[in-house]
Amino acid sequence: MAEQKGIWVFIEHDDDRIADVSLELVGKARELANRLDGASGGTHASGGMDASSGTHEVVGLLCGHDVEALAQEVIHHGADRVLLADHEALALYRTLPYARVAIEEARRRKPEIFLIGGTPNGRDFAPRVASALRCGLTADCTDLQVGDYYVRKEDRTYEDLLFQIRPAFGGNLVATIVNPKTRPQMATVREGVMRKPAADGKRTGVVEKINPVFEPGDFALEVLSRQVRRSTVKLKDATVIVAGGAGIDGPDEFALLRDLANLLGGEVGASRAAVDAGMIDRAHQVGQTGTTVRPRLYIAAGISGAIQHRAGMDQSSKIIAINTDPAAPMFQIAHYRIVGDAAEVLPLIIKTLRERSIAQGEAE
Amino acid sequence: MTDPRPIDSVVLVKQVPDTHHLTGEVMTKDGTMNRNALPAIFNPEDLNALEMALQLKDRHGGTVTVITMGPPKAANILRESLWRGADRVVLLTDRKFAGADTLATSVALQKAIEKLGRYDLVLAGRQAIDGDTAQVGPQTAEKLRIPQITYVESVIEIGPTHVIAERALDSGSEIVRCTLPCLLTVVGSANTPRPASVRRQMERKLAATPNEYATLRAQWPEFETDEAVEAYLAKHDLKIPVWTAEDIGATEASIGLAGSPTQVHKINFVVLESTESKTVAPTPEGIAAMIAELVHEYIVG
Repeated sequence: MAEQKGIWVFIEHDDDRIADVSLELVGKARELANRLDGASGGTHASGGMDASSGTHEVVGLLCGHDVEALAQEVIHHGADRVLLADHEALALYRTLPYARVAIEEARRRKPEIFLIGGTPNGRDFAPRVASALRCGLTADCTDLQVGDYYVRKEDRTYEDLLFQIRPAFGGNLVATIVNPKTRPQMATVREGVMRKPAADGKRTGVVEKINPVFEPGDFALEVLSRQVRRSTVKLKDATVIVAGGAGIDGPDEFALLRDLANLLGGEVGASRAAVDAGMIDRAHQVGQTGTTVRPRLYIAAGISGAIQHRAGMDQSSKIIAINTDPAAPMFQIAHYRIVGDAAEVLPLIIKTLRERSIAQGEAE
Repeated sequence: MTDPRPIDSVVLVKQVPDTHHLTGEVMTKDGTMNRNALPAIFNPEDLNALEMALQLKDRHGGTVTVITMGPPKAANILRESLWRGADRVVLLTDRKFAGADTLATSVALQKAIEKLGRYDLVLAGRQAIDGDTAQVGPQTAEKLRIPQITYVESVIEIGPTHVIAERALDSGSEIVRCTLPCLLTVVGSANTPRPASVRRQMERKLAATPNEYATLRAQWPEFETDEAVEAYLAKHDLKIPVWTAEDIGATEASIGLAGSPTQVHKINFVVLESTESKTVAPTPEGIAAMIAELVHEYIVG
């Protein structure tokens, strides 16, 4: 059969645990492979479990030391093949050794698509690799699709390209970016943007070991120490998020958000404006460059609703928007619109909830 | 810790629209952005990179050179760099650079840095607020064939052949040691950029690129010709050099739109989903009714 076209995913891991974003991207890569196999009417009709069944193959690139045990998990989440580079020099993430493996393998195997998580290290790795391969890279995509791209100047249609979709120009615009002529088509995606597929323990695939060959210059950097701080902020899994933005005036008002979040058993979120103003730690940031969330209830207080923020929360089941500006874009996606000052509205909500719980307590 | 060895730094900076301060006036009725309502500013994290370079110079001696690629008016942030303490600035401007994606931008920066000659460190902000890609730094490092340290929070030590720096990551931090020369990208929490010095601002108020001579002459009629302006600026070391694609030896195919592998297929206005929505009065009755509804729908327990 013809050589398979690779859809690669960079598998990040820490402490023997694969990063959620990598598994989310394996799921997305599986979806894209199935789409492409269907779209190109491949001779191998069914998508099935067998690694050799489609014309597109989902490949996880797993670099590390003593990480072979992680390979099956990648396959269970949708990969057909895992390229396993197991080497002492890869024990901790370092730009140059990791990039060396990816660049050499990509040159040899010529993948079509290469997806990387938008984590600090993913954002360190991806541009280094893209630069060496002289190929295009799109950061922080909020959606990935496949489609055809017609170039009038060449009167040519490029088929089955990766459509890399992201907000652009700081405004209410969404751009679709394509890389018609270079391969792989590379993109980074933040954690939580794609849905993590359920693991299928029966899924099988190939684990292929590769022996990296390094050059002395690859070891220019040495990690002297690492401090891992497990974030106590659990935005992604929160069922209720009370978020504040530029319209929240100072720490006292921000404390109201915390009170309300505690009352509802939720987390405090923030727009980038609030984070940049130093009102709250960056770990609380919701949006394209923060965390993407899908809570049952999202309360947006004093958040105007720039697209970068909405991209990270517009899938929430119910949205309450509180803003003094009736024209704030957040109102257009809100289920409940409250035109007013958060400093007055939040205490009202808190008071109402407290009175309810007291009334309930008395009734019981 | 003091080290007698001077450190020569090159700082990459960018002028960006101030997208952080989007207000109602910036968004027009049809949902597009009124670009004129956004002032052009010095990309915030590039100021942190400049500050880091200036602090190294304060401690170790050496030089700080600032480069930007952009339209002629990007000279504004170069003047600001001079006022804050940069020794030398260069403006890369050429129509041929226009439409560059991050890869094509990194080619131009690589060529310009190589033209400058010897350096110990290249510094840049982690990312620019107009695109948030964080790609140009690592791409430039790759083309210069030097290692990179991204997300730098502080430089702990710098010696004749190495730098020790702390990286700020989402999940914690990391201390790394890297050989020189190398490229650092700097995060916003790294330092507080110094303001422009009044003395330097007085001294270098007239610093200008050749594109700006006409403006200078309008303000200072005593300069009768461009040549007169040029002679004055040259004498006082106030000329801001402008480099074109040809000056840095970049081929047309490698820069600008032609050198950009990514292409914009289409731009869509965001059609906001019209949700079934209710306006709630900011009164005790309004709030109580809303909460009753949320309780009824099991959204609130």
